[in-house]
Amino acid sequence: MTISTRLNALWEYANPRKFLALTERVLPALWVLTAVTLVGGLVWGFFFTPDDYKQGSTVKIIYIHVPSAFLATSVWFMMLVTSLVWLIRRHHVSALAARAAAPVGTVMTLIALITGAIWGQPMWGTWWEWDPRLTSFLVLFLFYLGYMALWEAIEDGDTAADLTSVLCLVGSVFAVLSRYAVYFWNQGLHQGASVLRAGAVSGTDTEEKVSNVYAYPLLLCLLGFGLLFVTLVFYRTGTEIRARRIKALMARERANG
Amino acid sequence: MTLTVTDLAIARGGIPVLEGLNFALAPGRALILRGPNGAGKTTLLRTLAGLQPPLAGRIEGAEDRIAYAGHSDGLKPTLSVTENLMFWAAVFGGRDIAPALDAFALGELAERHAGNLSAGQKRRLGLARLLVTGRPIWMLDEPTVSLDRDAVAMFADAVRAHLGQGGSALIATHIDLGLEAEVLDVGPYRARPAPLDDPDGDFL
Amino acid sequence: MIALLKRDLVLAFRAGGGFGLGLAFFLIVTVLVPFSVGPQSALLSSIAPGVLWLGALLACLLSLDRLLALDWEDGTLDLLATAPLPLESVVTMKALAHWLTTGLPLVLAAPVLGVLLNLPAPGFVWLVVSLLLGTPALSVVGTFGAALTVGLKRGGLLLSLLVLPLYVPTLIFGAEVARRGAAGMEVATPLLMLAGITAAAIALLPFASAAVLRVNLR
Repeated sequence: MTISTRLNALWEYANPRKFLALTERVLPALWVLTAVTLVGGLVWGFFFTPDDYKQGSTVKIIYIHVPSAFLATSVWFMMLVTSLVWLIRRHHVSALAARAAAPVGTVMTLIALITGAIWGQPMWGTWWEWDPRLTSFLVLFLFYLGYMALWEAIEDGDTAADLTSVLCLVGSVFAVLSRYAVYFWNQGLHQGASVLRAGAVSGTDTEEKVSNVYAYPLLLCLLGFGLLFVTLVFYRTGTEIRARRIKALMARERANG
Repeated sequence: MTLTVTDLAIARGGIPVLEGLNFALAPGRALILRGPNGAGKTTLLRTLAGLQPPLAGRIEGAEDRIAYAGHSDGLKPTLSVTENLMFWAAVFGGRDIAPALDAFALGELAERHAGNLSAGQKRRLGLARLLVTGRPIWMLDEPTVSLDRDAVAMFADAVRAHLGQGGSALIATHIDLGLEAEVLDVGPYRARPAPLDDPDGDFL
Repeated sequence: MIALLKRDLVLAFRAGGGFGLGLAFFLIVTVLVPFSVGPQSALLSSIAPGVLWLGALLACLLSLDRLLALDWEDGTLDLLATAPLPLESVVTMKALAHWLTTGLPLVLAAPVLGVLLNLPAPGFVWLVVSLLLGTPALSVVGTFGAALTVGLKRGGLLLSLLVLPLYVPTLIFGAEVARRGAAGMEVATPLLMLAGITAAAIALLPFASAAVLRVNLR
């Protein structure tokens, strides 16, 4: 099978009915898998890792903070991709998936901000610091709010999908710009992203490394959060598809009146 | 050049309203659209004017040749009658507005602010705009709303003159304008619901 | 195109056109600041560049919901969309008219209000320069927001929610130029970034605005 035929096979799931059939089949397994990895990762991280010599047990908040921060940006990126797919190929499922993902991304951003504040209190001695990383997440949170508000405000489904997709595109550019602007505006307290550097995980990187003891449960938590996101988006997209279908059937009913 | 519509299907708010429309509008001819409220006459005119995409089918000979007049006239209350008309004349390439003022007996009102006009006078000004566009195909949605009998006659004369110069007109109206025109009843073209097994058909 | 710009300017200056409202708002916000933070001149002069930038930004925001909504309500947008003028030029002209009637007066008023807030002497030039470079971006971005929300009843609040995050980079770099200028520091980097954002916004955003306007007109 060539790559293009494989891709064509992928587009089949753009059909709402096929999408529903697939997700209904895999969702139970996904829920179980999510629960296992998430609970496993968190329990491992919280109870079976030593306290940090400097930060004490506070460090363990990374098992929530890092995955949620990672998802906060990834979800927006996923929304950008699905918005583009909608604008170019006009697959309803794609637009609805973006809509379904937005609240998940918002909550993840909020979790990252709150856990960041809780972590920052004992570490930096303050709940909130206008640190560039925190600030960019705050701006991202505002973008999520605007995106969701626009979806809610427009009655017609296709119009809403078109407008929010363009907003997502333009918003992405401005979100990246804001990030650079914020870094320029204030050099911060926050350490660089150390988790995903290969050197940090393998322990060869002596500067700000996340040692293996913490890294493995953290990777499991990342996987768990990722699975949770996929599960929620599948589930919520299914809900959105059904809601759209009900709306369409009701309109049909009226038209046949 | 004739406006040709082939197998046109149109939708309002994502729901198909008309389908299988076929007609041609030759220079010098007028076509009256009829049909009950909500049949899709406005949607058809907006689609032909290029304001919304058709669901299916082809529209030929419409590009940049249509002067559209919808339910609102696009008048600015704080501009005078002349200024309103001058603006549209400039947008459509700077024609003289005097004939348009004459055709709809707006000469005496020329310096009045559009906000101080009566509903019928506003409508006349809105219709006068058609003359300054210089476009050959007029698409009119209920053009006679709030016009008195004299004004309707004025309008009918303007349409006749337009047709005489090789223009054409597509008019959605319920009253008899006394024009020599074909009538297209959109009732029989009401769209049937799409079959449920097309790709995104679960929505429609 | 010129006709559209001319008409918008005339409309703004006629009764009820709203010219001067943004300016008055800017004045009031600036006057209220000392009431809220206290009259100490050292404090005022240190926050002056930021306050003036924020005031100008909010004054710009205030007038956005009239930018396209009036033309939408009276059907002008429908007619313009069927006119030989591309919608991209329509939104560009609309943004230009907004800038000329709202942005430019704010730029000119800012130094006067700077006196009220005890802005340090070297700051005046850079305040004007940064506003001159930044406010066009505010108008263009605002036009995009107005185009997004044009079909909505009571879209004003939503418009603010959508546009304010998009204003963040312009605000950061613009206020940074004014602040550094007031402190007598090097301003080249933020100034270039500000000019770059404005240039890119003017070049690209009209396409997005026209696209969403077309969707809204359907």
